[in-house]
Amino acid sequence: MSNPIRQTFQNLKKERRAALLTYTVAGDSSNKQSLEILKSISNYADILELGVPHNTPVADGGQIQTSAYRAIKNGIKMNDVFKIVKNFKKIKYSKPVILMGYYNMIYQYGENNFLKNCKKSGVNGLIVVDLPWPENKIFSKKCKKSSINFIQLISPTTSKKRLKSIIKDSHNMIYYISMLSTTGGKLKVSPRKILINYNKIKKIDPKKNCVIGFGITEKTISKFKNTDGLVVGSQICKEITRSLNNRQNPVINVSKMVSKLRKKIS
Amino acid sequence: MKLRKGIPVIDQGDKLGFWGGKFGGNFVPETLKKPIEDLEIQFNKLKRDKKFIKERDRYFKDWIGTPTRFIKLNNLTKYIGGAQIWSKVVSDANGGAHKIYNATVHCLLARRSGKKVIIGDTGAGYAGKMLSMAAKKFGLKCKIFMGAKDIKRQQPNVKAMKKNGADVIPVYSGSQTLVDAVSECMRYWVANCDTTAMCVGSTVGPAIFVRICGWSTSQISRELKVQLINEFGEVPKKLKLYNCVGGGSSSFGFWNEFMDYDKKQVEFIGVEAGGPAKSKRHAAPLTYGSKIGILHGAAQYVNQNNDGQIEETESISAGLDYPGISPLHCFLKDTKRARYTAASDEEALKAYQTVTKYENLRPSLEPSHAFSVAIKEAKKLSKDTIVVINSCGDAYKDKNILEKKLGKKYVKSN
Ligand SMILES: Cc1ncc(COP(=O)(O)O)c(C=O)c1O
Repeated sequence: MSNPIRQTFQNLKKERRAALLTYTVAGDSSNKQSLEILKSISNYADILELGVPHNTPVADGGQIQTSAYRAIKNGIKMNDVFKIVKNFKKIKYSKPVILMGYYNMIYQYGENNFLKNCKKSGVNGLIVVDLPWPENKIFSKKCKKSSINFIQLISPTTSKKRLKSIIKDSHNMIYYISMLSTTGGKLKVSPRKILINYNKIKKIDPKKNCVIGFGITEKTISKFKNTDGLVVGSQICKEITRSLNNRQNPVINVSKMVSKLRKKIS
Repeated sequence: MKLRKGIPVIDQGDKLGFWGGKFGGNFVPETLKKPIEDLEIQFNKLKRDKKFIKERDRYFKDWIGTPTRFIKLNNLTKYIGGAQIWSKVVSDANGGAHKIYNATVHCLLARRSGKKVIIGDTGAGYAGKMLSMAAKKFGLKCKIFMGAKDIKRQQPNVKAMKKNGADVIPVYSGSQTLVDAVSECMRYWVANCDTTAMCVGSTVGPAIFVRICGWSTSQISRELKVQLINEFGEVPKKLKLYNCVGGGSSSFGFWNEFMDYDKKQVEFIGVEAGGPAKSKRHAAPLTYGSKIGILHGAAQYVNQNNDGQIEETESISAGLDYPGISPLHCFLKDTKRARYTAASDEEALKAYQTVTKYENLRPSLEPSHAFSVAIKEAKKLSKDTIVVINSCGDAYKDKNILEKKLGKKYVKSN
């Protein structure tokens, strides 16, 4: 079977719609609830990014940190993350799941062992925030061998020369960071500028699917609907926090939000 | 793994910035690749530029005040009755600690690259205080990230930073100490690296920061070597250099110039923070055999659980209260060039009492850790052994802690 990530983008091309990617943190606010959230939002989202909580996340802003610390406090372990994916995949096998996290978690688990468990549980792709190119060359090759999509990140500071090399070494999907920011920052760059950079990436290799993340919310998402895909993370994490604070059900509230997001790009 | 002779240790990393093939590197978000590369190019060029070296040396001399004193601690030597005890009083430097060297160099680099703002982390508050001083001196705006717990326990330095016009930004995440301050500072840099320069307060962080910091603090051992030769006519045949190790900037700088000597002649002893005697927590990853992991962009020995979550540390000294350790020290440990051990909170306090009882010297809690081990070991050493302890900070910043733990009489006013 072809990689579900590739398949998803192909299907959406026919629909002429951008992919909606959501980011939630595994184990937020409990292992069970984060699974429920995945199940429920997968009715609207095309690809699910699942954050592996880490306690020194150098690229994450307040909302995702809050979610991650909450999950860690509840005692989540790496094996629980795999279990959540596995249980989700039992129900929705073809819905792509991408794990996103920091390299130390993979390093401690052992790269090979980590990939073995990714395969076993049904993980389709990996984003490793602090393993940039060219440091990620060996690991991304290992991923490819295991049929796991290693997703390269590109940012506004990426030089032209790097851009070409990174795209060349990337697999099927690329993640463009819209602006200089941690996650959860307000969109501080005009969509026009972001799209110019996006088009530069697409021009180098139109076949690679490029999604845009950082600063994407209900307010901003529609401005980018003519792209391959969009990632919403912090706003969802914030909604979980808000729901918990108001003693409401995060699963329902988050689903509502994701369904709205989907409408904005449909 | 091998330490090479004739090449500065800071330049012994490989292309990707790894010492010994596995310590250090650049585990950073893509956004930081460019500013890090820019800084690498700038630093590699400037460190070979005679004009820049002259400029640095002028500020070191006229503004920081070089050399700091190298003194014999006669009373302590007599009291201990073993090796000769000497101290390099690095707290003589402008601002009161070694952190001034790195801060000055970073501000010089920032000014040359046209940056208007510089940011930095701090634990004990010295790195922040020095950065605020240097920023003021060179006309840069300054933001300091500091754990909320450290802000409480290191008030004198917080006041100094504010007086110098720096924004002190409290960090409430995690353990609210240095580790969280560094993380938050890096996050700020991710979001503002186009306009802002970052200074990492110790020999930690992505490889370039390790190198710049080690290069800067090496001033300490350059001075010491001259002072030793003036005093003894040569580098002594039995020399032991004791230094506390948090991130490792003061110890690295204290040793660098002696790296190529046989360790039988010049031994390096790094003292980490063992934490409260009764606590399982510590800040001594080298002493207690922590596993290699990634923290703040670099591979290093670091306190962590099986999953890879960084563990909380505990130490009476905010400056040593860090779960990781410089890749340079990991390298020196594994090549067996340096020896590492730890002193507990209680041992450091006791050493502080001993030193202040016998000498007109008032080491802060960080160097008190080094004094503790040096005092213990010096007893058993021959009279012709020269023990030198780097007194790299002054205890004024610790007055609240010392008062609480030891009573008022141990805290002379300043
Ligand atoms: C006086 C003093 N000594 C030592 C340290 C520890 O840092 P390092 O190991 O980088 O010298 C600090 C850090 O704040 C300090 O203030």
